[in-house]
Amino acid sequence: MPSVAAEQTPATPLNNQFPRTDIDRSMPNEIHNDSFSVAGREFTSRLLVGTGKYKDMQETRDAIDTSGAEIVTIAVRRTNIGQNKDEPNILEVLPPSEFTYLPNTAGCFDAQTAVRTCRLARELLDGHNLVKLEVLGDEKTLFPDVVQTLQAAEELINDGFDVMVYTNDDPIMAKRLEEMGCVAVMPLAAPIGSGLGIRNRLNIRTIVENAKVPILVDAGVGTASDAAVAMELGCDGVLMNTAIAAAQNPVLMASAMKKAIQAGREAYLAGRMPAKRFASASSPVDGLFF
Amino acid sequence: MQIYLNGEEKQIPANLDMAGLIGLLELTGQRIAVEVNEELVPRSSFEGHPIMANDRVEIIHAVGGG
Repeated sequence: MPSVAAEQTPATPLNNQFPRTDIDRSMPNEIHNDSFSVAGREFTSRLLVGTGKYKDMQETRDAIDTSGAEIVTIAVRRTNIGQNKDEPNILEVLPPSEFTYLPNTAGCFDAQTAVRTCRLARELLDGHNLVKLEVLGDEKTLFPDVVQTLQAAEELINDGFDVMVYTNDDPIMAKRLEEMGCVAVMPLAAPIGSGLGIRNRLNIRTIVENAKVPILVDAGVGTASDAAVAMELGCDGVLMNTAIAAAQNPVLMASAMKKAIQAGREAYLAGRMPAKRFASASSPVDGLFF
Repeated sequence: MQIYLNGEEKQIPANLDMAGLIGLLELTGQRIAVEVNEELVPRSSFEGHPIMANDRVEIIHAVGGG
């Protein structure tokens, strides 16, 4: 029967064509307590957000409140001595009583600078040891320099840091970083701030399948569907900044992202149907009266 | 005495410790972190941490970032 043969032909990889093989049919129909944990800390929201590029502090706060994010990245930079003394600090706008900080090493192009940055951040935040390590390779792509990243990760782990590490969508490197003790591995979807969406779904899926630590897509998400795709691929979360901050309406986009993360997560847990190349009627064929 | 403060040359009085420099810059009590010549100086050591000529002092704070 040619139709059966056609149905069994593996379809071309369309969207999200990676059904889970470990579907738990006993799972409840609604997800009430689907927290994820990193470095022994429990979180409800799987959306992590950056705090840069907003118009002002009010918009920062409004967008982040709307996103529901519990983990926020911050950067450390030189103090403007004698300038803007009255400008509110990001730590006052997003107080530590409400958010978990994830200080980053953005702008670092070598391991040593990244390690120094993390030590300064830990001192600044009274011993808070959770950091986002990123060591960049060049200005044009902001792709990670994985050699320097490995070096910095090792030094930071030895110094007692919990390292969430930004890396390429490379399953081998992701595994190495996990094995050396990083508490989460965060492959890029596309270049930082590009909004290109997930360029290599198969690699992200492979990284997720191989991992025993949380995998979060970090960088490159452009719109809500990108975030949903990341979650449907089985990622534990998504970290984004520009996709929200550079939207025409950042607060509305923050709302969209929150829903996309939840929708993608539920779709992943539900276990999608296998995609097929040709149609399969939804109404019964038996009992047709013509 | 000359030091490099956040990458710029700055003249400061001799015999100043880190707590004194922070005071001079009106940053006392602010949430900052400091390194000198690429080594972290913990807040607990500001008092009594000597500043030498040509020290490279970096004073950082938190900003928004992704």
